[in-house]
This record gives sequence, C-alpha cells and structure tokens, in this order.
Amino acid sequence: MSEPVTFLSRAEALIGTHEAEAVESGIRNFLIRREAAFEVFEIGEDLRDRTRAIRLHALANLDRLLGHFADRMEEAGGHVHWAADAVEARQIAAGILARSGARLVVKSKSMVSEEIELNAHLEEEGVTVVETDLGEFIVQLAGDTPSHIIAPVMHMTAQDVGRLFADRLDVPYTDDPIELNRIAREHLREVFLRADAGISGVNLAISETGSLVLVTNEGNGRYTTTAPRVHIALLGMERIVSRWEDAAVVLETLARSATGQHQSVYTNVITGPRKREDPDGPEEVHVIVIDNGRTDILGGDTAEILACIRCGACLNACPVFRTAGGHAYGTVYSGPVGSIVTPGLHGMEPWWELPYASTLCGACEEVCPVRIQIPRMLLQLRERAAAEGRLPGWLERGISRYGRTVSDPAKWSSAKKWASRLSAPISSEGWIRRLPGPGRGWTQSRDFPRPAKHSFNEWWRRNRAT
Amino acid sequence: MEGPQVQLFVTCLVDSLAPEVGRATLSTLEKAGCRVDFPLEQGCCGQPAFNVGLMDEARTMAAQTLDVLDGTEGTIVVPSGSCTAMIAHHYATLFAGSDREDKATRVSVRVRELTQFLVDDLDASLTASCDGCTIAYHYSCHGLRELGLEHQADRLLGDTERAALAGDKECCGFGGLFAVEMPAVSTAIMDAKLDRLEASGADTLVGGDVSCLMHLEGGLRRRGSDVVVKHIAELLGDVD
Repeated sequence: MSEPVTFLSRAEALIGTHEAEAVESGIRNFLIRREAAFEVFEIGEDLRDRTRAIRLHALANLDRLLGHFADRMEEAGGHVHWAADAVEARQIAAGILARSGARLVVKSKSMVSEEIELNAHLEEEGVTVVETDLGEFIVQLAGDTPSHIIAPVMHMTAQDVGRLFADRLDVPYTDDPIELNRIAREHLREVFLRADAGISGVNLAISETGSLVLVTNEGNGRYTTTAPRVHIALLGMERIVSRWEDAAVVLETLARSATGQHQSVYTNVITGPRKREDPDGPEEVHVIVIDNGRTDILGGDTAEILACIRCGACLNACPVFRTAGGHAYGTVYSGPVGSIVTPGLHGMEPWWELPYASTLCGACEEVCPVRIQIPRMLLQLRERAAAEGRLPGWLERGISRYGRTVSDPAKWSSAKKWASRLSAPISSEGWIRRLPGPGRGWTQSRDFPRPAKHSFNEWWRRNRAT
Repeated sequence: MEGPQVQLFVTCLVDSLAPEVGRATLSTLEKAGCRVDFPLEQGCCGQPAFNVGLMDEARTMAAQTLDVLDGTEGTIVVPSGSCTAMIAHHYATLFAGSDREDKATRVSVRVRELTQFLVDDLDASLTASCDGCTIAYHYSCHGLRELGLEHQADRLLGDTERAALAGDKECCGFGGLFAVEMPAVSTAIMDAKLDRLEASGADTLVGGDVSCLMHLEGGLRRRGSDVVVKHIAELLGDVD
C-alpha cells in the first residue's frame, strides 16, 4: 500500500541545503540571462506552432522516418543498431568498443546514456570513459549525477567546482569560471588526443538524409565525434524529424528556449563516417537507436511527452524543481517533463509519486516551446496511480468521505457544524495551530483557519432565503 | 432597469472557512446591479479529488454541483479562479460519455470568475478601496493560466496603492492537497513567496482565491507578520 513518499524524503533532505540554494540562484541567474536574450531572440507563437507540428508529425510517422533514416545512414557507410532496452543498448555499445579494441572513450553530453547507465557498465568492462561536456565532466569528477538536463551542475557553485578541481586535478584553488574552464579544457585536450572512441547523444536525427545533428556550446561534441576512430551515437528513438527544414526550426526553438541563444555555438552534422576527401572524422559511425520504454509511451495517453526537445525550460519554470532541485526526483529526467517521462520509461513503481510532485501551477506548459500539455498528462498519470490503488489510505479514504459528505446537502450542513464545534478547543482567534492526523502536514508550518461558526449557506438561509 | 440574474457558487472553502468572503462577493455583485441567487444545495466543484486522480470521487462531487447549477438561470459567478477553471475546463472531460455530458457542456459555458464577470462581462465601474493600505496582489495560477485573469484585478484595484511584488505570477506552493501531501516542499515555496512579500513593503496581501490565501495567511501568522490578507471581494463589496 502506501510507501514512504521518496520524492518527498529526498526533497526534505535537500531543501534549505547549500545544494538547493545553488539551484535556486543558478536558475535565477540563468533566467535573467535568458530573459535578456529573449528581448532579441523571442520564441514567437508562430515558432511554437511550427515546432509542435513538426514534432507531432514525426511521432505520428516514427516507424517510417526511422526506417528511412537507417537506410540513408547505412548508404553513407554508417551502422545502425536497434536496442529494445537499456541492457541491449549497453551490450551493443560494449560490443562495438570491444571489437575495435577501444579502452579509452570520450563522451559528449547524452541524457540517454545516463538513462541506460552506460558509463558504469563500460567501466565494469574495463573501458575508461571520460565526460567532456564541462558540466558532465564536473559531475563525473565529483562522483555525482547531473541535476538538470541542460545544466548538469546547476546544483554546484563555482566555489564548489574550484574546491573539487583543487582536490582532484591537483591545481591551485580558483573560483573564476574562466580559469576553471581553462583547467578543464587543458585536462581534456590530452584525453581527446588519446581516445580510441567517442560516444555522443543526438539532438536530432534527420530522416531524409540519414544525418545526426548535435549541438553544443563548448565544441566538445565536435571533438568527440571527429577525433577518435570510432563514433557511437545514442539516439532516443523519438528524436527525429523528417527534413532539414524541420531540423532548422527545431534547433532554433531549442537554442532560444534552452539558453536564449539564436543558435547553439556548435551545430555538428554527421552523415556517416569519414569519406575519402574528408580531412578528418571517424572510420566507423554506429548509431544505436534506443527504445527502452518509448514504444509503450507512444501507445498511451502521455505520448505527447515524446515531442519534448529537452530544452529544460519547464524545469526552470517549475516552483517544485526550483525549490528541491533535480536530485530530489531521483532519476535522470527531472522536473515536470521528467515526472511524465520517468514513469513512462521505467514503470509506475516506484515512480508513480513523481506526477504528484507538482502544484499543477501550469508554469511548465506556459513556457514549453512545443506547447506540450504537461499538467494534463500529470493528471492522467495521477488518475492511473489512483486507479492502481497506489494512493496512501488516509488520502483515498479522506477524499471519498469528503466527497460523499459535500455532495449530500444535509450531511454537508451537519458536517460544517460539527467541524466548527470540534475545532473550538484547538482554536484561538479563529485559527488552529495544530491539526491532528494528516492535517499535521499543514500545521507544521501554517495555521489553519477554524471552520466558521456559521457557514455562508447558513447565513443565507437566515438572512436571504425567502 | 433590471440587472442581470446571477447564480452565486461560493465554493466549499468559502462556505465553510471564509463565509465573510461569500458575503463580500454577494455585496459586490449587488453593487454591480446584479440580482443574486444562491442555490442552497451546492457543494464542492470536485477539484480536490480530480487533482489527485480519484475520478469517481471527483464525479460524485461535481455531479451534485452540476445538477444544482444546471437547474438555474443566468451567469454562475464564483469567487475563485481555480474552481471556475475546474468547472469551465474540466467538467466536459469528466462527464464525457456519461448522461451528464450535455449538462456539463451547458454549465461550463455559464461559469465566470468574479473579477472576470465584473470586468469582461459587465464592464462594471466598481473599484476596490482599501484606505491607507499598500497592496500586493497574488495572481493565483489557475485563474492566471487557465482563465487568463490578470488585467481584471489590475483594473479593479486601479485606485489603490500597489506595491511591486516580485514573482507575483509564480505559484505560492499551495497546490491543493499538495500542501498536505508534500508539506516541506509546499512550505519552502511559500516561504520564498512570503520573503518577497515582506520585502515588497506591502501591508495587505490581496488575491482572488481563498485557497492560496489561507495557505499564505496561515504562513504569515506563523511568522508573526502584520501583513493583512484579503480576498479582492472584500475590497469591492461592503463588508459587515
């Protein structure tokens, strides 16, 4: 029956900590910069509409687009692998690395690699994996997990990073971001040159040409996918569009919505391995198309969440995310989008509680550049959780009793009288300082108004009813 | 000239916890020239059950409200953006395919939130008054995002002294049963809001939803704050 609410316990442990403060100020600074950029790079209603239409069209034609993509990619000399779940995806990646004798792997940022827990698996196979996105590099160095889909170290301050670098990289302490950047770059440059293989995510695949598009602001994506002999790209199977024109629209929306940029600094397009005339590039390109629960989502009432372009705007807008931070969600995809994606990918147990980690304020839907109806889907998942009997007993019984009472005028009238009478001994000045039972949650931080001696209904009957 | 006929749906919270807001709403509507009736058998819009996913229970509550309101004439006015949005936007889905489907459609188009009705429908010349107050206004989320309520309160409060409240369109952390299910998170969001409220220089917090307001007032009381909390109807109507 009722399990302890794990989101809540994680959130309780995080609220008020240094990490939560870092998230709050991180998001504030982020939004200030993004807003400043928005004055120049606005996401107009038209751009939202076009982006939504493109993404929904892709989802409706996913089989065809993926099939065509795979044909074109293979024509260009790439290899396409299909992974039904995380285990298969990891095995395929490990197999490719083993066959090519790769021992050192550089990685550019990939949420799907976090989803399938690739690093830990490859390390077990004796492969050294080095994250090259600055945020992911810091997270890896700290033995931590990313807390935000586009800003993995949202939960750390520059001082935290400075101490980490001093401790782990044997450099003098500094909290100057530019200097920290330089330290990371110097450290990574040497790794890039030695790496046997590169693993990347994919922001978008383009069906018509069999191309992969990767955007980064640091250039590490380009380095990862061109310097080593082997490139493995992990493609979440929904991350595809039909045509180049579609990709241009989605990338514009992504850059504007994620970081307030007109375009990301590096936009990398990969269509197969190095050709004879190319000055550089990998000898082998492998694309692993990963399902891992996506087909299930596609067939259900939260299919629309697969239209997400992973801009992270809903995380920044969410009051719950801003308060508790990404780690409270206990999963790779946090925030409003994650609360829909996670139970979809990994099942309701134990993730059914995430859809309840929301006030349903609607700020996520308001900011979403794809107009994804996030609150509607949170409600649908709540409905599913309730139908599966997962709600705490007190909540279900309480609501059921309240429902029967309030819908019966005689019972409702008497309940109001009793509530007022019974609350008299625990009230002062019309407020209750301590409620019993589940009401304790309210009164641990807030007074609760005492039920009125005379309800409005009673007042009307006495003074107005004819 | 005879004013418009209005049905007052006060909401279960106003009925049981804040009847003075119901009386202020009644007074406001009468000042605006309306003939107000109050269907006595009304209860709850069903949102508490709907928002936790208990759809049968939500239908039980909503059915009573629907049956009572459908038998009446005129605009249904509600002093809550959240309960208005529940009826206006979710009843059709809740009763889709049932024998109440037509009723749900009929009632949902008759429902208006108080400030929406006063400004958008009546173009009423009422203005809020609060002598000597400096007001911060909290735009509750459901009214703001599901009904587009924003300029209505601004216009009604046009003659009052307003303090700038940072984040006045961000959630207060109430979230219905969320406030009880996840009290630590709800409280942390509320605390951020109350910190900004206290920094704003306002001595009166005004809003359009008793639900958010009782959460914020409960938190202010616990802080020992002197900030007074009012529903906008209490600044529009004559309060006894």
